[in-house]
Amino acid sequence: MRALLEIRLMPAIVVAVIVIVLPLFFPSAYYYRIGVLVFIFALAVVGLNLLMGFAGQVSLGHAGFLGIGAYSVAIGPIYFGAPSWLCLFAGAILSGAVAFLVGRPILRLKGHYLAVATLGLGLLVAIVLTNEAGWTGGPDGMSVPRLVLFDRSVRGADAWYWIAGTTFVGAFVLALNLMGSPTGRALQAIHGSEMAALVLGIDVARKKLTIFIISAMYASVAGSYLALFNGYITPDSAGFLRSIELVAMVVLGGMGSIIGSLVGAAVLVVLPQALTIFHEYEQALLGLIIMVFMIFLRRGIVPSIAAAFAGWRKW
Amino acid sequence: MAELLQFISSGLTVGAIYALVALGFTLIYKSSDIINFAQGEFVMLGGMTTVFVALAGVPLPLAALIAIIVTTAIGLALHRFAIEPAHGASPVAMIMITIGASIFLRGVAQIVFDRRFHSLPPVFGADPILFGGAAILPQSLVVLASATAIVALLWLFIDRTLLGKAVLATAANRLAARLIGIDTRRIVGFSFAISAAIGAIAGILITPIALTSYDVGTLLALKGFAAAMLGGIGSALGAVVGGLLIGMIEAFAAGYFSSNYKDAVAFLIILVVLVSIPHGLFGRAKIERV
Repeated sequence: MRALLEIRLMPAIVVAVIVIVLPLFFPSAYYYRIGVLVFIFALAVVGLNLLMGFAGQVSLGHAGFLGIGAYSVAIGPIYFGAPSWLCLFAGAILSGAVAFLVGRPILRLKGHYLAVATLGLGLLVAIVLTNEAGWTGGPDGMSVPRLVLFDRSVRGADAWYWIAGTTFVGAFVLALNLMGSPTGRALQAIHGSEMAALVLGIDVARKKLTIFIISAMYASVAGSYLALFNGYITPDSAGFLRSIELVAMVVLGGMGSIIGSLVGAAVLVVLPQALTIFHEYEQALLGLIIMVFMIFLRRGIVPSIAAAFAGWRKW
Repeated sequence: MAELLQFISSGLTVGAIYALVALGFTLIYKSSDIINFAQGEFVMLGGMTTVFVALAGVPLPLAALIAIIVTTAIGLALHRFAIEPAHGASPVAMIMITIGASIFLRGVAQIVFDRRFHSLPPVFGADPILFGGAAILPQSLVVLASATAIVALLWLFIDRTLLGKAVLATAANRLAARLIGIDTRRIVGFSFAISAAIGAIAGILITPIALTSYDVGTLLALKGFAAAMLGGIGSALGAVVGGLLIGMIEAFAAGYFSSNYKDAVAFLIILVVLVSIPHGLFGRAKIERV
């Protein structure tokens, strides 16, 4: 039992060590900033990976939940005077509620149909955020009040690094445990064959709905963090391109590989930063990166590396 | 009444463009099971290339022809350098590749062309025709006539030529098609070329009415995709009906409800349709074998 626990938590310990050690190599605050972005995106990507990699359900509209979380921490404090952290939880609950309401009918769909339904859902959120300018500031977006913890305003990138890092490690452990649980195994059975899972007595619809809600809440928390960290939010954060970015991170890192989520997020956050000298070419390069990775490393970075190592061991 | 006519004419015009985009989706999907999200970029490339070639002093019809050829070549290149090497990848990976391609093409377009909006002169001038109190743009009629012609030509081609029959055979059963000696890879490449050409024509036709810029492709692809799903993906008739329906719904939503929310209404309807008739209007349910 103890050995089992150790094996399961091993990746989490590795990630925690990475979070702690990484800042030792940061030459400036700018690197903390990139670190924060990596962890925030990785948080959303872990959630999406639970849905895509484990349960085998695609979502092309997950940025919608990111947007709900982001605007919760913007609208709540400004219009209702609620503390940011409370709005973060409220946003997560709201995202979960939306996922619960639309999830049951939508998740009956499969393949491309599920893709277009989730895509529509994400776009609807983005359209509402763009058009309700009275609340959201419209296409120009709105500023977000800083997070206040223990009567102190949190603004530095280093402070945010530890908040985002800790949350990510927590979310990571949660995801690992979830996948080891009966629900997690049931989800993997659904991924394998929905029909077979049904025959085994798994309540397929309910399990899919559960994981959809959980992944929506992951995305929502990530969205809240992103808004609080940047201090500004626009409807683009809920847009189609953002959704695609999230899916790309999942597939890039490796579907079904939780640690791959961190790798995928890191690659797609860091690469564009490293390529800012080619600012004009940013979009073209992003498209090229996605294409090249999908064509040549289609299983994702982490599973491809793991397979390479497994191959060596055979020798 | 005049209002109604007005909405119908504008709905049909936009709907015809969505139908052409959806037809492009359907053609590629039928022959390869790939959802090509770069379809909207073909529309953008058609419009933008025509604008810039015409700006260089080339007469408009020739510019349009060059744009169609360029876009078709890009469609072929997309198949050759992105789709073929990824042979056998999962559907999600394929979707990501075509989305990557669409982001790439958009990125290149904003460098090669520019980031501004452009228009083209309408074929028969800009004076609206008054009909039953509604003002109908001559270009709307051009769009509708051309879309009808394209659909008819495509049908004739599929139904009457050997190559068309090979496309049909590939769509029906890829393995069987290969067994009787059809080079299914070339058929897939061919369907990319045709889809690109149809997209380019749609882009050229709509530019005098709706303007074009490097980023018009995304929304067009999404609406076209939605239209294809609404009709039932893989059904050519469904693509045309789905496109026209979405165009009409949008026009009426914009007219009677709110123009800000016209996009939202289109996607809302799609959600409702998908949930109530999951395989679209003309699609067939797939039976899963265990």
